[in-house]
Order: sequence, then structure tokens, then C-alpha cells
Amino acid sequence: MKGNEAIAEAAIQAGCRYFFGYPITPQNEIPAYMAKRLPQVGGTFIQAESEISAINMVYGAAGAGARVMTSSSSPGISLKQEGISYIAGAELPCLIVNIVRGGPGLGGIQPAQSDYFQAVKGGGHGDYRLVVLAPSTIQEVVDLVQEGFDIADRYRNPVMILGDGMLGQMMEPVEFGKRKPAELPPKEWATAGWKGDRPRAVINSLFIDPQALEDHVKKIYKKYKAIRINETRAECFNCEDAEIIVAAYGTTARIVRSVIEIASKEGIKVGLIRPITLWPFPAETIRSWAEKDHVKAVLTVEMSMGQMAEDVTLAVGGRKPSLFYGRTGGMVPAPLEILAEIKKIREGALK
Amino acid sequence: MKKVFKRPESLTDKPMHYCPGCTHGIVHRLVAEALDELNIRQDTIGVAPVGCAVFAYDYFNCDMQEAAHGRAPAVATGIKRVHPDKVVFTYQGDGDLASIGAAEIVHAANRGEKITAIFINNAIYGMTGGQMAPTTLLDQVTATSPYGRKAETEGYPIRISEMLSTLEGAAYIERVSVHDIKHINHAKKAIRKAFEYQLQGRGFTMVEVLSTCPTNWGLTPLESLKWLKDNMIPYYPLGVKREVE
Ligand SMILES: Cc1ncc(C[n+]2csc(CCOP(=O)(O)OP(=O)(O)O)c2C)c(N)n1
Ligand code: SF4
Repeated sequence: MKGNEAIAEAAIQAGCRYFFGYPITPQNEIPAYMAKRLPQVGGTFIQAESEISAINMVYGAAGAGARVMTSSSSPGISLKQEGISYIAGAELPCLIVNIVRGGPGLGGIQPAQSDYFQAVKGGGHGDYRLVVLAPSTIQEVVDLVQEGFDIADRYRNPVMILGDGMLGQMMEPVEFGKRKPAELPPKEWATAGWKGDRPRAVINSLFIDPQALEDHVKKIYKKYKAIRINETRAECFNCEDAEIIVAAYGTTARIVRSVIEIASKEGIKVGLIRPITLWPFPAETIRSWAEKDHVKAVLTVEMSMGQMAEDVTLAVGGRKPSLFYGRTGGMVPAPLEILAEIKKIREGALK
Repeated sequence: MKKVFKRPESLTDKPMHYCPGCTHGIVHRLVAEALDELNIRQDTIGVAPVGCAVFAYDYFNCDMQEAAHGRAPAVATGIKRVHPDKVVFTYQGDGDLASIGAAEIVHAANRGEKITAIFINNAIYGMTGGQMAPTTLLDQVTATSPYGRKAETEGYPIRISEMLSTLEGAAYIERVSVHDIKHINHAKKAIRKAFEYQLQGRGFTMVEVLSTCPTNWGLTPLESLKWLKDNMIPYYPLGVKREVE
């Protein structure tokens, strides 16, 4: 199944019945799939007049208690940022998919990872966080869509799946329903008509009194602390005796896996740390490996000019050299390019 | 003693923050009375705007959502699609609906979303301190049209009701005023009719209410009512603009 279609089907299987979006390459298969499938399962698909409207329809539907999602690609995600900030401020659960393309501006339509800062560091205004999930296989896409909805509902916070055009277009066999849905409390806070049997539901992010706003934000940050503790995920591969550890996520992590294979044939021990949650960031995992004596350096590889690299360097904390290699604008790094970079670092580190 | 005048059930007891003589309060009351009369308060979800009516979620005694500036029709769309059996309304000013949210209202109307928009046209941005709105009249002085609005540079005031009445998805659109008792009574009827149309699933409905902003017009409440009657009504003719049988 194609990555984009797998996202859509996984969402339907996770109980999502509402999709609001606006066309943009390279994610068009998601709305097209939803337009076909949602009416078959009693759901609603709307092609909105803009990404701005789409995200605000998500706000309304999420506030009304529905499991709801939208998808877009970089320029469209930029337009959604005000809405995402409101959704986070009003503590609404939803899933937002960004199939990243090269930027800035209109940029290009080829795969990129240059929206990391936007996804992980805010994007919209104010004190809030998005949970950002970065799958690297189609099976993981399917699993993380289910989990993403569950995390969103459990913590009442928007969750983003950060993919790229490569992942979206790739075909791989998948199995649905591997992740069991979480048990979640009913959404008594949602606007569904008020019979007086619960407090009146008000979906809102306005707190005009600064003390009230500070209290509200602090309450949200308590959730973020719990998310850090409970939901931080990373995969460590081949790190046990690695000289060089590569940090990479999503499509780039797939490429690094083949680098590891080639390198091991040449007697070079390379490990991979693959953050699955970009926020919360698995800094602790990176730190603990960077501390090991056998690790000589950490190299971050991204399809960007070095965005996650800043978080990796922070995590490494000067324990070892933290370096970066990246291609951007839709250029995908080839395994041999990365290997050459590793060899350079290794020579320097062994000198 | 028999109570002859009481707060509609559809309004909370929260004191409203509107300036003295502002007609926002009157329109809130009309909406609330219509909800009471139709006995639909428990089945209604309202959407508040960004503008002076931002706290409408504290005043209407039903489930409410607060939308981003101009996006109330999109939020209402999301709500209505999840709860098609509920009554969903937006309450929006002219900056909110006619400027930043122009795309949202046009497309909600065009899709025939079964929602009701209560559109407060006071020819100015109230909340931010009296800037020019798309509905500001020619030669009207505002903070950002200090020499008066000029057609050559600021364009003409937008007649939203007429514009939306060209759309097939719109079932009922009427412009009303609240400058005197007779018109207030009629405004209430129009609002009630919009909700009835929504209940009948006929399509998008909107009532444009010509309103006052004494504070930013720099007039007394009484002068404001007269200014509305003398200046706004000639440019914004009252009446039904679209009605689908
Ligand atoms: C995105 C965004 N832009 C601007 C504002 C500032 N703002 C708040 S209310 C408002 C205008 C409100 O005017 P109107 O809709 O006419 O309502 P009124 O206050 O007159 O009732 C503006 C521009 C905002 N809150 N959000
Ligand atoms: S500023 Fe104008 S619109 Fe706002 S409450 Fe005061 S009078 Fe009413």
C-alpha cells in the first residue's frame, strides 16, 4: 500500500470519521482516499476553501467531540499554524499530517525534512507543544496513526505525523490493527448540546486575566511533562559497539540503515538512533549513548540544513563531537555520500 | 407579583461588558429570545467571534466555542457536520465576517452549510479601537481612515447580504436594524426565521444587523441610533435579500 493511502486507511480504522483538507502535492492521495472512503463508513469529507478553513473545521469538529484529522504539506501547514495554536490553547485532540516538501516559500515538491523547527519548536504563537511522530516505514505509519489519535485524546493535545514525499509515495505491505486502541474516557467537555447534566461546554483559548492565562498554560505544561515521561520514543540500532552514531529520522533513517550495512562490510561500526517522537525528543537516549567510551562522534543526517541537529548537539552536551550532514531542497542523500562523511569523521576522530 | 420582564433562559447572568448604548447587547437578547421561543437552547451550539463579542461564550447559556478571528463559519461547519441534528450559529462583527473571514463566510454559504450567521454590521472595528472596516461608509472617519474613507484608495463599503444572496447554497438572508423598537421587533422575527430555516434543513441562513458603536463613532448612544438611521440604512437597504421557498 502507498504511504499516503496507508495514513488515510489507518485513520479510518482508528475511528476517524471527519477529514478537512485542501489539495497540495505531495499528499493528495490522502484527501482523495478520504473523499472516497469516509462516506462509505458514515463519515464526512470536506475539501475546504483553504488550509486555514480546514484547520478551523478541525477545531470545530474536535470541540464537538469527534475524532478528526487534516493533512497538508509544508506551505499549507504554514497556513494552519494560527489554528493549531488555538487547538493547543483550547486543549483539543486532533491529528495533523505534514507530508513535508522542500522550502522556503513555494519551494519544491520533492521530499524534505526542513519543517522540523516548525513542527517541533512551535510554528504557531504562544506557549504550546505539538506531539510530533516520525514514522520511517509504512507499517510504522499505520501504527503511529492509531497511536497518534490515542495520544491526542488522552492528553487533549494536537498530534502531528511528520512524513515526507518519499514516505508518502512509497509502497510496502502493511498489516492494520496491530496497535490496539487505547481505552479513553468519554469527552464530556465537548460541545454536543447542553441539557444541564454537566457543566456548560465552552471551547476557548482566551484568558484575558494574565494570572488566569499563566495558570492555564502551567496546567497544559503539566500535561507536557507527563507526555515527556510516558511517550518519548526512539529506536536504537547497532549502537552496542558503534564508533560513530548517526541520528536520523523518517526517510533518512531508512537510508542510514543501508549505510550501516555497507559500513559494517568495510569494518566500520556505525549505529543509528532514530527518534520516533521528535517532540518529546529522546534526548536522554542520545545522551546515554554519547557517554559510552566506544562512541567517538555523533553525526546527524537530515534532509535539511540542520534542524534536528541542534537538538542532538544539545543532548550530546559536548561529551563527543556532534556533527551534521544534510541535503536539502528535495535532494535525498545517497548512502555513499553519508558513508564518505562517516569515514571523514572517523579519520579525524582516530587521529 | 407576576414577572413581566425577565432574562431569557438562553442568556447567562454574567454582566455584559459592552459600552453604554452599544447594540451588541440588544442583539444578544434577540438571539436568546428566539432560542427560548423555539425551545432549542439545549440543542444549540454557538460560535463566538474575535471582536467586541468575543465573550459571547460567557453570555449565551448554551454550549459554545470561541473561534479565531474570521473563522467562525469554518468552526461552525466542523460542529454542524459532527452534530447535524443540532442548531449551530455564529455571531460575528464586520471585521470578522466581511474582512479577514470573507472566504470562510462565502464558502460556508456556498456549501449551503445549515448554520445561521448573526452578522453585526457597525461599520467599524470596535474592539481594536475604531479602525476602518470593509463596511465603513464613504467619507466616514475612523482611526485608519482619518481623512474619511475614499473610494479611490479604500474601495466602496461591501454589501455582504447582497453578495451572499447570489449563492445557491443560501436559503435565507435578511438585513435588519435595531435603531428603534419597531425595527428591533422585526429583527427578532428575522433571527427566529433564520433558526426555523435551519431547523428545516433548508441551507445557509444569515441575518445582517445594522448596529451602533457609540464609543468609536464618537457619538452619544442616542446620536448613534440617528446616525445609523440616516447614514447606514440608505446605503444598506433593509429587507429580505434571499429566501428559498
Ligand atoms: C488574526 C488576528 N488579526 C487581528 C486581530 C485583532 N482584532 C481583534 S478584534 C478585531 C476587529 C473586530 O472588529 P469587528 O469584527 O468589526 O467586531 P466589533 O469589535 O466591531 O464588534 C481585530 C482586527 C486578531 N485578534 N486576530
Ligand atoms: S467598542 Fe463599539 S462595538 Fe465594542 S462594545 Fe463598545 S460600542 Fe460596542
